[in-house]
Amino acid sequence: MTPRRTFKEPKMDLSFSKQFAVDLAREAVVRGATAAEVMLRHRVEFSVSVRLGEVETLKESMDRGFGLRVLLDGKQASVSGSDFSKDSVSSLIQEAIEMARVTSPDDSAGLPEPAEMAASLADLDLYDPDISDLATEEKINLALRAEMAAREASPKIVNFDGGGFDSRAGAMVLANSQGFVAEYSGTSCSISTVPVALDNERMQRDYWYDCRRKLRDMDSPESIGAEAARRTLRKLGARTVKNQSVPVVFEPNVAKELLGDIFHAVSGESIFRKASFLVGQRGEQVASPRLTVIDDGTLPTLLGSRPFDAEGLPTRRTVVIEDGVLANYLLNTYTAKKLGLRSTGNASRGLVGAPGVGVGNLFIQPGPDSPEQIIASVRNGLYVTELIGFGVNVVNGDYSRSASGMWIQNGELAFPVQGVTVAGNLKEMLNSIEMVGDDLDFRGSIVSPTLMIGRMTISA
Amino acid sequence: MTNNKGIDFFSDRYGLTPGDIDKLLSIALEKGGDFADLYFEYRIRNGVSLDEQIIKSVTKSESQGVGVRVTIGDKTGYAYTDLIAFDSIAAAARTAGHIARSGGLTGVTGVNVSPSSHNLYPVETPVSAASVSRKIALVIESDRAARDYDRRIREVQSSMADEIKYVMIASSDGGLAGDVQPLARIGVLCIADDDGNRQLGRSGGGGRIGIDFFEEQLRPGDCGTEAARQAIGQLEAIDAPAGKMEVVLGPGWPGILLHEAVGHGLEADFNRKGTSAFSGMIGERVASELCTVVDDGTIPSRRGSLNIDDEGEPTTRTVLIENGVLRCYMNDRLNSRLMKTPRTGNGRRESYKYMPLPRMTNTFMLSGPHSREEIIRSVKRGLYAVQFGGGQVDITSGEFAFSASEAFLIEEGKITTAVKGATLRGNGPVALKHVTAVGDDLQLDKGVGVCGKDGQNIPVGVGLPTIKISEITVGGTKL
Repeated sequence: MTPRRTFKEPKMDLSFSKQFAVDLAREAVVRGATAAEVMLRHRVEFSVSVRLGEVETLKESMDRGFGLRVLLDGKQASVSGSDFSKDSVSSLIQEAIEMARVTSPDDSAGLPEPAEMAASLADLDLYDPDISDLATEEKINLALRAEMAAREASPKIVNFDGGGFDSRAGAMVLANSQGFVAEYSGTSCSISTVPVALDNERMQRDYWYDCRRKLRDMDSPESIGAEAARRTLRKLGARTVKNQSVPVVFEPNVAKELLGDIFHAVSGESIFRKASFLVGQRGEQVASPRLTVIDDGTLPTLLGSRPFDAEGLPTRRTVVIEDGVLANYLLNTYTAKKLGLRSTGNASRGLVGAPGVGVGNLFIQPGPDSPEQIIASVRNGLYVTELIGFGVNVVNGDYSRSASGMWIQNGELAFPVQGVTVAGNLKEMLNSIEMVGDDLDFRGSIVSPTLMIGRMTISA
Repeated sequence: MTNNKGIDFFSDRYGLTPGDIDKLLSIALEKGGDFADLYFEYRIRNGVSLDEQIIKSVTKSESQGVGVRVTIGDKTGYAYTDLIAFDSIAAAARTAGHIARSGGLTGVTGVNVSPSSHNLYPVETPVSAASVSRKIALVIESDRAARDYDRRIREVQSSMADEIKYVMIASSDGGLAGDVQPLARIGVLCIADDDGNRQLGRSGGGGRIGIDFFEEQLRPGDCGTEAARQAIGQLEAIDAPAGKMEVVLGPGWPGILLHEAVGHGLEADFNRKGTSAFSGMIGERVASELCTVVDDGTIPSRRGSLNIDDEGEPTTRTVLIENGVLRCYMNDRLNSRLMKTPRTGNGRRESYKYMPLPRMTNTFMLSGPHSREEIIRSVKRGLYAVQFGGGQVDITSGEFAFSASEAFLIEEGKITTAVKGATLRGNGPVALKHVTAVGDDLQLDKGVGVCGKDGQNIPVGVGLPTIKISEITVGGTKL
């Protein structure tokens, strides 16, 4: 096997430090910016993919970069680079300032008020040294064990379309010209496997995975493999059904995609542009009273948690929809100013560009019913386990996607279904959520329990 | 000097010599392996974006790095560094080389510059070299045109994104190739609002072109007008029908059907592993005989075109499906060696941070015998879909979906009412068998396509003549 090698928590060298970030922001101001914000990012990544008991690819990397956003009397520009040499950084600062001069003044653009900034940083326990210390050989084994468990589940599992182990350790520094500077580090790792099953000359594939910040929170590779096999095998023999309008149950792995659509509709970026079907409805009933949606960036050890957002505001818990009433939009400083509201600490950004709006941990509050009880309540309907296509229009709510899953007959999963679409409108879908499952699991930063929607159109 | 601008860029800027490259390749293979290559990249990306009638953001990002790959059998080791310096590349080469452990030893042939075979994007002034104010003027032009189209256009977002990428690929079999790749696109999004009825329209275009393209060939004002026209047209749209029906796809961007229905399934990696619904079907009928589908990376100035792929291989024109019969998969170096089939110049990657995979370039269907008018006239009741958003495919089951954003009913041979956006779904190996007419009006898309696979996004092109499909599922709400 490969020699034991480890990757360590990224150590800050001289150029990757809070001081460098502070100096860079200061230099931009010295050269004429009215305000400046700097982000530094450092990542160490490892990835192994396996197939049929062998390593297929092994990849390791370390990269770092800086981003600078400058404001010049309401005019904004930004630059990023990965060359930390003095000349390169200096010429990018100059370019940022020159670019800002030719943009238009925007009254709402600017840094947050100093009083809003995170004063002390919560320890959210985002870093796991066990991931950093894991030897390559052990990582390969985790991936192989997941695949083996899926292979052993049935002789009908004949092939794999991927699977492996990935890990990442990263550090982020944020500084601005008003004196804010802070940093945090985090880790994450994932195990996945993608079995292919064959029956009567038709192949089906599905997958399962786990992804966490802490190695000890991961499901065992055996249970990931077994679940991947179960999901794949149940698709064998899938057929279509006739066109009809029926209740639809979204399992958590597809319900989370619906929650992603809701996120786009409540993001300040869609709201201030009136590009959302939820525009102007704060305080109104927009969904079934069974639906409560919460964003919380402060939950220890979770993937969407972080001590401060991409503008340095402390993250927080925001109730987005409470018992069906639209309570709050998710906002950064810019979109809050546009709407006359306050930021919810949801700024998000890459190295380059103005901050956008992102989630912390966005989830649907679990309800009282188990997934089995939800399925049992449906006489005739579709249990959706996979959605493909991009037919969601958040501007007006139109919704049409291709689906696979299981047909529900008299409260039981009867046979696998493929080759259909599910269609409706998000407004009506949210209002007709009849049941919310108790099966919430933070396997990502946007997560949902099982949901039952009263009626959607199935087309085949 | 080599007369290859890509190679010269790296030797001038970083002082790399052919001797350094040979040494680095030897380090990559010091533990064994069949093959190694080094992919050098330097890229500048720029963006200008307008929203609410003002230029809100101007951006520039600069990145550089080297990806080192070592392969042995069907295994690949990969590592990259964002410092283009001998020691850091050597460290990446050792990391990538760990995959080989004690495999067979391969010597390194000293690198020699590979002759250039294409010159597909000879631009005078790349968009990246044009002044920011010149780009701002173009973006503002698109906003004005959209707002002038109809007073119900309430929101216009317009952006111009451009890049220039220098690449150099050196491989242990002695190949040394380089290229300078310009790329630019404008994109306009409009929202029409008629008393709370809100609808979207999108348009844009670009390619591997210079700034003059937007001043002479594709006016941003026309993109603005087109996006506004779509948004306004959708205000009147009725609910889309549900169920299987006859569908006519318009020319150009609806070629995304091919990209999803057959394109991904014909990438060699899935077929070598036997996970594609098209695996083992070479020589079999997979489409009606009206269908000939090609992937062509050699069309001048197109978004999906390249002089060389990201493994240094000249791109080609590959006939994938000929008169309905499956002929060929799209290959990269690894899969061509393992499958013992010729390379097709389809080895592509998003950046030095990724290993190459078999990917599409410009994928389209050739024109057929029918006129657009006779195709539409032949439909009693069906859907005419002309604009699409994105698409997606499960290559194993063959299930694909792509979403129409502008479509109309055809009734008694005439285009009648606009219908709301709906997903069209089908199954790859079956869908093209239902193609019953192919128009004489092949068009390539305007140049905005992005294709994602394994987390890597790359620019691609698609194209289609007007075609008629006898049955495809329309995912509307009206039963």
